[in-house]
Amino acid sequence: MVIRSRPEEATPVGPRGNAGAGRSTRRPGRTRSDAQNLRARTYSYWFYAPAGLVYGLIFVVPTVIAFYYSLTRWTLFDSQFIGLDNFRQFFSEQSLVSGLKNTLIYAVVTSGLKVVLGMVFAVLLTGPIRSRGFLRSVVFFPVLVSTVAVGITFSMLLQPDTGLVAVVLSKVGITSPDWLGNPSTALLSVALVDVWKGVGLATLIYIAGILAIPKDYYEAVDVDGGGAWTKFRNVTLPLARPATFTVILLSLIGGLRSFDLIWTMTGGGPGFSSDVIASVIYKQYQAGFFGLATAGNVVLFVLVSLIVFPLFRYFNSREVES
Amino acid sequence: MRSLRRTSLEVVAILVALVVFVVPFLFMFLTASKDENESSDLSFSLPTHWRILDNIKDVFTARDGILLVAFKNSTILTVASVTIIVVLCSMVGYVIQRRPGRVANIANVLVVSGLIIPPAVVPTIWVLQQLHIFKTLPGLILVEVAFQMAFAVLLFRAFVAAIPRELDEAAMIDGCTGLSLFFRVIFPLLRPVTITVILTTSVFIFSDFVNPLYFLPGDENATVQLTLFNFLSQFSTQYNLLFMNIVLVTIPPLVLFIFFNRKIVAGMTSGAVKG
Repeated sequence: MVIRSRPEEATPVGPRGNAGAGRSTRRPGRTRSDAQNLRARTYSYWFYAPAGLVYGLIFVVPTVIAFYYSLTRWTLFDSQFIGLDNFRQFFSEQSLVSGLKNTLIYAVVTSGLKVVLGMVFAVLLTGPIRSRGFLRSVVFFPVLVSTVAVGITFSMLLQPDTGLVAVVLSKVGITSPDWLGNPSTALLSVALVDVWKGVGLATLIYIAGILAIPKDYYEAVDVDGGGAWTKFRNVTLPLARPATFTVILLSLIGGLRSFDLIWTMTGGGPGFSSDVIASVIYKQYQAGFFGLATAGNVVLFVLVSLIVFPLFRYFNSREVES
Repeated sequence: MRSLRRTSLEVVAILVALVVFVVPFLFMFLTASKDENESSDLSFSLPTHWRILDNIKDVFTARDGILLVAFKNSTILTVASVTIIVVLCSMVGYVIQRRPGRVANIANVLVVSGLIIPPAVVPTIWVLQQLHIFKTLPGLILVEVAFQMAFAVLLFRAFVAAIPRELDEAAMIDGCTGLSLFFRVIFPLLRPVTITVILTTSVFIFSDFVNPLYFLPGDENATVQLTLFNFLSQFSTQYNLLFMNIVLVTIPPLVLFIFFNRKIVAGMTSGAVKG
């Protein structure tokens, strides 16, 4: 989602000027502080309280204390301060470092494909095509299916020899690789399934973006005698930019944090070839290394922040300009 | 000529969509309808005997009916979390939009952080333990509420901007302020976006796998996604039951989708892209 905090003018709320005039029951001559009081009562900060309590307790507090506990050896009941040892271990073990690299590959591949395919599908599905409604539903439906269900189904479809994909490929004379069992293809296979599941959302966002483009622009290209490609290149592509930003941000955030699909399809294997930071964290947690798992969380936190927050600011500033 | 080309392009598009997006679902359904032997070779073929009802019965009775318990847990989890999210987040979205200033800026920063920052899982477990709600359904409900909050606030905030302030002022002149103004005047007007929030977050929470895995481990209080995952290791030969489980778990979101398709899309686009 492209979010903009809108610095709106603090317009004084409450009865303006003579709104209350003529009502004899009202006290005449409201002062400014009365209006402020009324505003404070109407838009009371207490509205924040219940949400703030839950959010603070379950999200903010753990995020903050993670920084301390990442520097400890931790059993949940008892912790011992060990400085940067967890991080040293994290960056010295080959399996953990490859998790970092895999996370980046996974995020870049999935968001790149979602941007390109989402755009292509959206252009097709906003065009003059009769089965538009049906195709939109078909593309969007995987978004709603649980990741575990998708993961299990595709692990079966991608089985070597017996899986549907291998059977179909062998019919046209291609020997299918062992998609999930081969260290060099496992990560990419999962990434492709991720795209299959998530491209519907990207398409939907692009469809909304394209439908919001005023028709005049296309008509202007028609008048100039431009074809479909000119329309796409000079109108759709630049004017759908907010949608592109949204898709990139969403899929990058999702890709960097992804865990469930990888865990159900490969469990990080074979070896550590499809381990990402989130699955490393889970493994360390399972093994009882809570401090190390938390250090992994801090690494993920820093990685996501370093990539997404600057992009976020950049996109927002671009959008204000355009 | 042009129209012929267009039609053939359309046929190709439909075929590709069918192969890529429909075949996996067909595979799920076919495997779920087979008997144990036939399902074991995982081939894409029609079953010789359709065993849909038998498989449904088997999957519900397997392992002392854990799937029933899981459906109950998932339903409670989803309904409770979504209700809390709608009430709390609509209030936040309202005040954040209506009363700009330093407090709103801080709240906005928190919302954006909530969207971007990955939650720190082990410290969250620690906090839940201190509150004595780790491994309990209420604990998981709070977790889902906290993690889904940012997105819901965002949608509500965008929608509140479209409700004229004159309405608030009129209500204030009638002496209606605070909570009663919000719940009697504003909240009913938020209906379209409320529906979107309910649909998207309920699909997400019902399908969630990661949070139950961390915060509600153990068989006795599993959610449907966890039973599905555990089925994978326990019934690795009974693919028919595994896939019947998948089909059953996929039905609730499918039903929601069929009935509310337009509303999901309309609300998402009004909230998401225009921001």
